[in-house]
Amino acid sequence: MAGIESIIHALKAYKGRTLTLMEVCGTHTSAIMKHGIREHLSPHIRLVSGPGCPVCVTPAAYIDVAVRFALTENHVLVTFGDMMKVPGVNGDLYEARSRGGRIKMIYSPLSLLDLARENPDTTYVMAAVGFETTAPVYAMLIKKAREMSLKNIRLLLAVKTILPAMEAILEAGTVDGFICPGHVSAILGASVYEPLQKRYNKPFTIVGFEGPQLLSAIHDLVQQAERGVSAVHNLYPSVVNHQGNKKAQALMDEVFVPCHAWWRGLGLIKGSGLALKDEYGDFNATQEEIKEDGTLKGGCRCTDVITGKINPNQCPLFGKVCTPTSPQGACMVSSEGACGIWYGTGRTSP
Amino acid sequence: MCVALPGLVYEIDGDTALVDFKGNKLKVNLGLVDAKVGDYVLVHAGMAIEVMKKDGAQELMDILEELEAEVYGRD
Amino acid sequence: MIINMTHGSGGQATSELIRDVFAAHLGNSFLNRMEDAAVLPLDNKHQRLAYTTDSFVVTPLIFKGGDIGRLAICGTVNDLLAMGTVPLALSAGFIIEEGMDTVLLQGIVISMAEALKEAGTKIVAADTKVIEGRGGLYINTSGVGYVREGLEIGASQIKPGDGLIVSGTLGDHHACILSHRMEIDNDIESDAAPLNGMVEALISHNIRIHAMRDITRGGLATILNELCEASQVSALIDHKALPVKESVRGLCGILGLDPLYMGNEGKMLFAIHPEDVNKALDIIKTAPYGQSAAFIGHVKEGKGVYLTTDTGSLRTLPVLFGEGLPRIC
Repeated sequence: MAGIESIIHALKAYKGRTLTLMEVCGTHTSAIMKHGIREHLSPHIRLVSGPGCPVCVTPAAYIDVAVRFALTENHVLVTFGDMMKVPGVNGDLYEARSRGGRIKMIYSPLSLLDLARENPDTTYVMAAVGFETTAPVYAMLIKKAREMSLKNIRLLLAVKTILPAMEAILEAGTVDGFICPGHVSAILGASVYEPLQKRYNKPFTIVGFEGPQLLSAIHDLVQQAERGVSAVHNLYPSVVNHQGNKKAQALMDEVFVPCHAWWRGLGLIKGSGLALKDEYGDFNATQEEIKEDGTLKGGCRCTDVITGKINPNQCPLFGKVCTPTSPQGACMVSSEGACGIWYGTGRTSP
Repeated sequence: MCVALPGLVYEIDGDTALVDFKGNKLKVNLGLVDAKVGDYVLVHAGMAIEVMKKDGAQELMDILEELEAEVYGRD
Repeated sequence: MIINMTHGSGGQATSELIRDVFAAHLGNSFLNRMEDAAVLPLDNKHQRLAYTTDSFVVTPLIFKGGDIGRLAICGTVNDLLAMGTVPLALSAGFIIEEGMDTVLLQGIVISMAEALKEAGTKIVAADTKVIEGRGGLYINTSGVGYVREGLEIGASQIKPGDGLIVSGTLGDHHACILSHRMEIDNDIESDAAPLNGMVEALISHNIRIHAMRDITRGGLATILNELCEASQVSALIDHKALPVKESVRGLCGILGLDPLYMGNEGKMLFAIHPEDVNKALDIIKTAPYGQSAAFIGHVKEGKGVYLTTDTGSLRTLPVLFGEGLPRIC
């Protein structure tokens, strides 16, 4: 029987070759912590967090640009709450606010439409970070703003696409299987992982965020890896179908084109970002290319952590100079980053 | 990578719906889905990204049975 | 270092600020205990005075279930109660921004009067200042009270074996304020309330309370960590036992927050002698504001705070890092 108890038993008892399984979704990272998933795993199963937290992978230089807009007259920087504490090269958004910067935290980017209409003299600059789940929301915002002839909304774009990053990690050869992001998969569809699965012969399992779901996905990846098979399995069909959300995909294609993107901790990955198409260029907050600035502190091994090569506590800075209140690298930046989680949960099992 | 939560559509006005999340009512854009009143939609950052299809817990059990039979084999 | 909002969250940044700036220069044997209130010996050796202060800076000024005035009374009264004190008197300082409407101000002051009556105490000294601004209001309240004779209640008095009780649902106040700020429509009310009736009932029934703590900023997880550190013990609490309102769970789901890290303004955490736990829970449940109280776990030897998760595993519950902010990822 495939009951959860038997899955938990199998995961604890697993004694085969050591497997490194990666999730690439900040909400998975957080759910794995919340449900205590790691505590159920045999030492032969390493569960690592890849570059799935949009906040963590956003370059420090981006924060500096966001700070600049917050401090610009007649401008309001609009952001999700989790960007607030991400350090730039010169401070974070909290500090910008304490220096008089105007920052508005929102839940729904579309709520900007009313704000922009009511305050025509203020320019609202949306700190548009995220992956394919959030990209259609920004696309809708821009389309609606155009329909409403609103000229005071801009996107400070750092939207990323997850597949090129997963491919970069597969190239590094450190991962035996992926727990695929549930909500990105809702947009893209289960079929989107098939080319990578075939090329690299690794298992991909799509799953939601509840404890039993996550345990089942890990069990599925272990079963596949042990049997030397690889397939894309969808354990989240109530939300994810084969082809994804066609309307969302069409909307993204209408507004965005792929571009190169800089990832904090990973550097430049070709074709891993989304830029506005020329016909929507007037919604761009800035033309400048925001690069990773190479300010990783000496000895920081974020890149190795994000690609699953080492565990956070194997980095020489971890827990010493690099802590959640003074993060030195991408993975400690957010409480959902790999190092932030290890620090927070007492760095016990892998 | 994205927090999203299922909520119940209980009022629709154009492409905007009022969606209830355990007593929290939010305006949600329905532009990406074909949802009707009474549907559960998965909402991320103020937009419904999918209409939920059926009971998630039962669904997981069904898939696990299937995988057990077809992929893992009986031990 | 420049101060930012995380320094006011009640989490790790707050602790570091207190340690590096305030305790470094003002520290003494009373302040260093970092209790809800300081307990001072009087000349008469049998009598002890408890003394506390707190400032209230909430926006909006009026919210479902209360306002800044009720908050300012309940916060200070509950801090006094946490040391086993009978509140004697309060002082209040009002810092008013220009533009404040006196009708609004009066409403807030009336709400203070009502809370004082409920708490059985009064304001005996007050001060007013007006500053430039946009109609805002900040209130500081201080309070004194007698510590009941023979009681030794404090953060360092917790012992392995003690039972842990929370006096009601977690996160209500924080959830209420966030709902206002994020413009989310729900029926979540702040739980701002003076807990004198509850604490008096426990003491008059001779319940052996080892420690009490007002569950405010940083939430249950942060406060439990502080208590465990002060008493050099660990705590094991059960996810299933934690009382949280469905609507608060819903809000947390939307915003990606955890009720364990969200503050209340009328909830107490109790560490109780193991033999008295059941009786204490009965008393709390029948006391004012205690209907949804729950036994949540035990104190153990060791260090840290642990949670039994919904999948049956054990995980560490750290203190709050940063400000508890809505997140998308």
